[in-house]
Amino acid sequence: MKIVVCVSLVPDSTTKIKIGSTGKSIDETGVTFIINPYDEFAVEEAVQLKEKNGGEVYALSVGTDKSKEAIKKAFQMGADKGILLKTDTMDIDPYLVAKNLSEEIKLINPDIILFGKQSIDYDGSVVPNMTAEFLGLPSVNVVTKLDINGSEAVLEREIEGGKEIIKASLPLVVGTQKGLNNPRYPNLKSIMASKSKPIEEKPLYTADKMTEVSGMTLPESKGQGKIFTDGAANVPELVRLLREEAKII
Amino acid sequence: MKKILVIAEAKDNIYKSPAFEITSSGKHIANAMGAEFDVMTISDASAEQLNNLGKYGAKKIFQLSLAELNTLSGIDGIIYSHSAISAAISNFANTNSYDLILISGTSFGKEIAPQIAVRTNSAIITDCTGINTDGKLSFKRPSFAGKCNTIVNYNTEKLVVTLRPNVFKAEISEVSPEIQKLSADSLNVQKTDFRTYVSEVAVSTGKLDVAEADIIVSGGRGLKNPESFKLVEDLAGALGAAIGASRAVVDAGWRPHGEQVGQTGKTVSPSLYIACGISGAIQHLAGMSSSKFIVAINKDKDAPIFQIADYGIVGDVFEILPALTEEIKKLKV
Repeated sequence: MKIVVCVSLVPDSTTKIKIGSTGKSIDETGVTFIINPYDEFAVEEAVQLKEKNGGEVYALSVGTDKSKEAIKKAFQMGADKGILLKTDTMDIDPYLVAKNLSEEIKLINPDIILFGKQSIDYDGSVVPNMTAEFLGLPSVNVVTKLDINGSEAVLEREIEGGKEIIKASLPLVVGTQKGLNNPRYPNLKSIMASKSKPIEEKPLYTADKMTEVSGMTLPESKGQGKIFTDGAANVPELVRLLREEAKII
Repeated sequence: MKKILVIAEAKDNIYKSPAFEITSSGKHIANAMGAEFDVMTISDASAEQLNNLGKYGAKKIFQLSLAELNTLSGIDGIIYSHSAISAAISNFANTNSYDLILISGTSFGKEIAPQIAVRTNSAIITDCTGINTDGKLSFKRPSFAGKCNTIVNYNTEKLVVTLRPNVFKAEISEVSPEIQKLSADSLNVQKTDFRTYVSEVAVSTGKLDVAEADIIVSGGRGLKNPESFKLVEDLAGALGAAIGASRAVVDAGWRPHGEQVGQTGKTVSPSLYIACGISGAIQHLAGMSSSKFIVAINKDKDAPIFQIADYGIVGDVFEILPALTEEIKKLKV
């Protein structure tokens, strides 16, 4: 089985966001970057599929040199090959990412392509299905269960208050959601083994973008709230405020 | 910007607030930009249901029967196909030269919007919470789970946009809509467009989802064990609220991941968010800080959650929660 998993590098979720000097991106000073947390479910699923069916896992990323860290994490979890479609800047948009990934995936011609459902930086949740559409392939995003039997797949997709059961044929694009699996912690052996795996660097197929970030703002901070310190004795006052001041209950 | 197509999503042939909000937003943008707007819906909703869209300004509604679309698939037991619906919308938009397609940012809308963007050769901007109609259209959207907002422009002729539900007001602007039925054949949807299909929808009845709820009661590690979530459930029950959870308690297996609020869970903006025993890690605050009113209950007066709370009580969550539930129940009788 040929498996592609697409990964990206994002600021850790504990990052306090500051706006950079251009006013169009974040200040990366002191920011710790990690593999996108949702991508870990995709890598885990890819490696499990390889362990079950044999084959190879390709980890793909679009980004600057720094994005190699995301591919390295995929190596540590068991991916075999790494390809970085290299950009000079992280000023990229979902179209650029999806278009370039789709061109590379065409060459690999895999049975299944896995993504995290969204990256926790720009939260677009666009790239998985957009990539699939460029490839003319079926796609299902926000997947919490994946069963593959031959060339047929049955998936569970999370929706408001429940789930959809979806059927599709391979080759297939899947966006993974928490709950699909438990991503493994790399052990020392896999970390050592990952060091010898090379990452192939390739230029972009296209540098075209369709959208542009023209500004970035921090949310307005609220004034100090009304905080009481007498425990349960304050409950009637809280309820009164919710009712009379906030008019919410 | 000349022609706007609004996609009104029906659930089991019933239109709910996301459909009204998107219709109203379509009218708002059309007015501001001097454009026309039409509504398209893929459903078997009754005329009475379609008239509900008219309350929010839908003058012209194009309706494609979902049952009729499904017959093109030749698949037994199909409920709907995201990819076929995307094909139908895209073909209709391409034929009729719409330059903006507006879609609700529901789980359904998020799934079809990227497909439609590719099929219509459009830029895509998702999860928008603000629309700027001064000069060239641009959109505000939260990034980093709401830790900041970005303003996004597009440089294409055509654009697909999803709007976050529960943010834009559905303004009443009553008209009597003209309803035009579309035939599935005329939209040129092919059997091969049914790339995926839904064979079953399992929605737990009576259980409110955090993403849709107007009030959320959320619990964290301060509850000490999974059994104590009964106190959260009781308060949620009294308020008619959904239950949320912090990452810590989801990771510990106390609560299902569908309830997780935060940067790696759901981003929510209800009218009222009650955080119980949640200290307020940055990644949690990111997911809920845009709530209209925030109430914090925590024993630690220095917990970060108090910094964004409108109201808070420092104290024992095991005493405060039952008292609060009782007080709310008194109001309801």
